Amino acid sequence: MYTQSFNVPDSPGAKTVALAPSTEDPALQAAFDARIDADGRIEPQDWMPEAYRKTLVRQISQHAHSEIVGMLPEGNWISRAPSLKRKAILIAKVQDEGGHGLYLYSAAETLGTSRDQMLDGLHSGRAKYSSIFNYPTLTWADVGVIGWLVDGAAIMNQVPLCRCSYGPYARAMVRVCKEESFHQRQGYEALLVMMTGTAEQKAMVQDAVNRWWWKCLAMFGPPDADSPNSAQGMRWGIKRVSNDELRQKFVDATVPQAKVLGVTLPDPDLKWNEERQHYDYGQIDWNEFWETVNGNGPCNKERLATRVKAHNEGQWVRDAALAHAAKKQAMKEAA
Amino acid sequence: MKPAIDYLLHLADNALVLGQRNAEWCGHGPILEEDIALSNVSLDLIGQARLLYQLVASLKGGNCTEDRLAYFRDTHEFRNYTLLELPHHGPLSGYAQSSLDYGTTIVRNFLYSALMALLWEALEKSTNADLAAIAAKSLKEVRYHLRHSRDWLVRLGDGTDESHARVQASLDHLFPYTQEFWAHSPAEAAAIAAGIGVDVTTLKADWDSIVDAALEEATLKRPALSGYVTEGKQGIHSEHLGFLLAEMQSLARAHPNGVW
Repeated sequence: MYTQSFNVPDSPGAKTVALAPSTEDPALQAAFDARIDADGRIEPQDWMPEAYRKTLVRQISQHAHSEIVGMLPEGNWISRAPSLKRKAILIAKVQDEGGHGLYLYSAAETLGTSRDQMLDGLHSGRAKYSSIFNYPTLTWADVGVIGWLVDGAAIMNQVPLCRCSYGPYARAMVRVCKEESFHQRQGYEALLVMMTGTAEQKAMVQDAVNRWWWKCLAMFGPPDADSPNSAQGMRWGIKRVSNDELRQKFVDATVPQAKVLGVTLPDPDLKWNEERQHYDYGQIDWNEFWETVNGNGPCNKERLATRVKAHNEGQWVRDAALAHAAKKQAMKEAA
Repeated sequence: MKPAIDYLLHLADNALVLGQRNAEWCGHGPILEEDIALSNVSLDLIGQARLLYQLVASLKGGNCTEDRLAYFRDTHEFRNYTLLELPHHGPLSGYAQSSLDYGTTIVRNFLYSALMALLWEALEKSTNADLAAIAAKSLKEVRYHLRHSRDWLVRLGDGTDESHARVQASLDHLFPYTQEFWAHSPAEAAAIAAGIGVDVTTLKADWDSIVDAALEEATLKRPALSGYVTEGKQGIHSEHLGFLLAEMQSLARAHPNGVW
């Protein structure tokens, strides 16, 4: 599903990437810079500055973690989906998120970090994932709203990543974006159907929109002025469009969709600005955003503990698979 | 028409209830690949259930739909094997809670898939052309489910001492429930007489060979069978189905006039 903008440091107080020139081999650095400047792709076997590698591992693994943690809020409704068709759609969607996690862990592994190392980062609480998943899914309408707004916001963030300078990430994102845009349309369609239903169903949709709208705006990350890693990310071709530009694009695209759906967006300051040719919108609560990023949102502890539980309780299964494979291998060698 | 409806509901309820159970792993698997694999199994089963319920709805006519059948029938109206409604853990009372156990899941999927790989193949020859077509589609799917669960059964049985002990315990727990596969039921007898259904007891020898070969490779011991034969396919269930349905049906029933 998602990124929130991934320029959030993993652990509080972590240093941001220096803008100073690299102290590494100047000839290699020059060749790398030239490739970036020419909008070329960097591949796993190519030389790259350590800071570029680290930034990518952080960003791609945060993205992968977001996919798998993101399975939980929507997975919460699989058992209760109100029709068999919606149940199948939701399982397929959550399964897609798992698939995205797999491609992304694989893309990050090309940079020399194993999935186990990345998972260890997640489970120990060092690595971040998109904060949007630290909010609860309280009604079935949340499933539709997550598809429409959360996946919609993720697509805005992710489409530019298809042009990211690191080849394996960019290629993974092409497929991820196709699936996300399908999810977004499915979510919106589910809401359109609910809005033709009973008064209770319509109220359920409006309530979900009210709860998710501001969280989605925050998903794009801090305002450009406060976004520590953005400049270096732009220079490296990892980040292509700024947080504020993406947020504006999302607002402009969503307002007409909300009208068609027949819901209001919970922002009294939201109005068309003729001069800017964009919608103006109100103040995002960045204090809440940072509290949630730093572990103090409504579901942070539950989400992380659930991932850790699944991993720990699956240990015996992974051990068995490894032991069986080793026995098979030994038998093959003995034969 | 009644023999067909009862028989189709038995097949559909099997698929739905096991599909609902398998989906419980989505987000909680022992490794990401297994979250994806079990979601796939679940999707296949729910897909089979939908086709079968749609067929029942068309036979019943009126305002019957797949969702009326899945969401607005009560526990005693479900016709699935009791094996398929059990939670993913060892024997516990209905309202007791326990963590998901992968061994239980794998053993159950294996025992059921081994049966359905044979039954769907036989049902390709059903005199009901719609059922024959559903059987042809389901057969392709269940062969994959059988391969998946069999591979894991062997890994877990042959893997470590712990995994061997755990999966043997799952087998000991679940194997007695397979007696229900071969037990007589009036609904099945009527379906066989009508040429729609298949006499499952004719498949038992082949099922035994599939199971025995896999257990041998997995170094597991086949439990001896005796005692109570479950009667889920006749609507008499364990304590667990009520909870499964209460959860599954809650939202649909809270909004009986809702559109989704």
